[in-house]
Amino acid sequence: MAEISELVAADRDTFRTGTLQRHKMTRAQWEQAAGDAARGYVTLLSLWATRSAVHMALMEPNSRGVGILSLENRRAEFPSVARLHPPAQRLERSITDLFGLAPQGAEDTRPWLDHGAWGITTPLAKARPREARQPDYDFLPVIGEGLHQVPVGPVHAGIIEPGHFRFSAQGETVVRLEERLGYTHKGIDRLMQGATVARGAMLAQRCSGDSTVAYGWAYAQATEAAQGVTPPPRALWLRAIMAELERLANHLNDIGAICNDAAFALMPALCSPLREKVMRGCDAAFGHRFMRDAIVPGGVARDLERDGRQALEAVVDEVRRGFEPIVELYDNRPSLLARTVGTGRLRGDLARQFAAGGYIGRASGRDFDLRRDLPYAPYDRLTFKIPVREEGDVDARIWIRIEEVRQSLHMLDQLLGGLPAGDIQAPPGPGNAPGEGLGLVEGFRGDVLVWVALDARGRIRRCHMRDPSWFQWPLLEAVIEDNIIADFPLCNKSFNCSYSGVDL
Amino acid sequence: MKTMLLKALTGKPLTEAAPAQSGLDELGMTLGLQARRRLGRSLAIRQVDAGSCNACELEIQATGNPVYDLDRFGLHFVASPRHADVLLVTGPVTRNMEVALRRTYDAMANPKWVVAAGDCAIDGGCFAGSYAVLDGCAAVLPVDVTIPGCPPKPAEILRALVALMQRADKTS
Ligand code: SF4
Repeated sequence: MAEISELVAADRDTFRTGTLQRHKMTRAQWEQAAGDAARGYVTLLSLWATRSAVHMALMEPNSRGVGILSLENRRAEFPSVARLHPPAQRLERSITDLFGLAPQGAEDTRPWLDHGAWGITTPLAKARPREARQPDYDFLPVIGEGLHQVPVGPVHAGIIEPGHFRFSAQGETVVRLEERLGYTHKGIDRLMQGATVARGAMLAQRCSGDSTVAYGWAYAQATEAAQGVTPPPRALWLRAIMAELERLANHLNDIGAICNDAAFALMPALCSPLREKVMRGCDAAFGHRFMRDAIVPGGVARDLERDGRQALEAVVDEVRRGFEPIVELYDNRPSLLARTVGTGRLRGDLARQFAAGGYIGRASGRDFDLRRDLPYAPYDRLTFKIPVREEGDVDARIWIRIEEVRQSLHMLDQLLGGLPAGDIQAPPGPGNAPGEGLGLVEGFRGDVLVWVALDARGRIRRCHMRDPSWFQWPLLEAVIEDNIIADFPLCNKSFNCSYSGVDL
Repeated sequence: MKTMLLKALTGKPLTEAAPAQSGLDELGMTLGLQARRRLGRSLAIRQVDAGSCNACELEIQATGNPVYDLDRFGLHFVASPRHADVLLVTGPVTRNMEVALRRTYDAMANPKWVVAAGDCAIDGGCFAGSYAVLDGCAAVLPVDVTIPGCPPKPAEILRALVALMQRADKTS
């Protein structure tokens, strides 16, 4: 039996250019792969199911090969990955909720997405009717002297997404946080089934609104690979312009919002107008503030005209001028730094174990960014740096964002200056044929993965989307331990995980 | 920081005031007058995300930034539904959020109004027909005002709150 890591490493060149052949596994090999992920020989990128099989996407960290392993299952069960590799746990619980497949040997078999309210069970398999009611959820027991519980949510105090946080605290100090999500579950996976590729693109771009472009691009990569379509260079450059604008807008928002949760309101007052400038620039250039439906499979929906380009150049200029004084302000406020430095520390080994992407991983020493490490055009033509820090605290997550704002501005200079001429849409492909494809794009929050399988009519048989937050949310539980409850909003904001992206 | 504060004191405000361009100032006037008559000087809004993709939230948040500055109209967001006059709902209303949404509404004192913001909240948007959603806010609560868009822009959200005030005035 070939080593799992060798199998995956061999897939280095086929990834993103066409249908990626899946490796059929025996049960023993499947368990071997889970063990290898736990040992760090391979990185677990995602875990999902289709009607009769489970699949995992893995990366071999040295060769940067990406491969998919599949295990057929005739008896509605499969060997648990989470039993050996805990980061798979919530993905696995979701598979049980949606497909009714049971992970053998799993420790935690509580439902995750299914709160009992759908009126049916296992919506992606043979759905069965069930009386809709919401039974109580069994939170994990916390035993100890002087402990009290603080339940928060799903409706929170601010204008944010819904989720439930159960704090067990001793005095002010959090002993354990348990998250319960799934409140925004919209059933996107089932809406995808049988949808046209175009409708799929719409849904993908509404998975997590702040990452519209990242999802649109990853989905486009996946369908293009499945159909053997190559978008023209200009389209790819335009996608990168959109992706960096999206990163800019979100990072500016976050930098302000984190400081706001440290009660320093001047930062958001300065950051949010810059973010507003970016949003208006996007609207002027691409016809939508979030650039919704601007990326379409095969290319982009509309070209960047001259005035749109000038608008974006002006935005880059204004943000660059406005941003540095803000950084200086942050760096010179001892009262603010007292809240952010040392707070919510994420250990590097946990970040690596969970393959935490984005600013969360990079603030804890996980030196990984798809734009450099599994590059896609046009990033292979740009010069940029990937900032990494070791401290892993709120402050480090702010600094990664600050540095990424600077890098995005630098990239936008190159992208706007070097935009190649030509078409913005690929010529239609060879026609409909069954195919599968994988897309991986670095969003502002981390790596977004999309896997799609098309049928002979060119419709979606199955589409799986894995938000970066799947591997970030569980780490927030670890980070808050031994911090005081009052610092939770600060830690949470510095993570800024997506609810909708993981609830689907 | 000193230079920054000085600049803030001497510089032009960021807040947009030009009524001809954005209509914001004009909106502020109508809203201010009517809100005063009905609710004293302010209108308190409780926002609930009933399964949105989060873009609607981002635009609602943006209404509070210095460019739109919703507070100058006497509008403000509150944490407790008990303090709220308006329930601002986003998302297609997932079945998993139905109970929480109802409870939030029930906790509000009368008179109260419901605003459905975004295509999802109006009729489920592109998620309509899913087993997991109720195809919009009206399935659960009496909706007074709808704000179309995916997501609606911050200025459109402000504009809709004025429409709500006018309606509240007529029905009194
Ligand atoms: S209306 Fe559009 S932006 Fe608003 S929640 Fe729905 S999909 Fe997201």
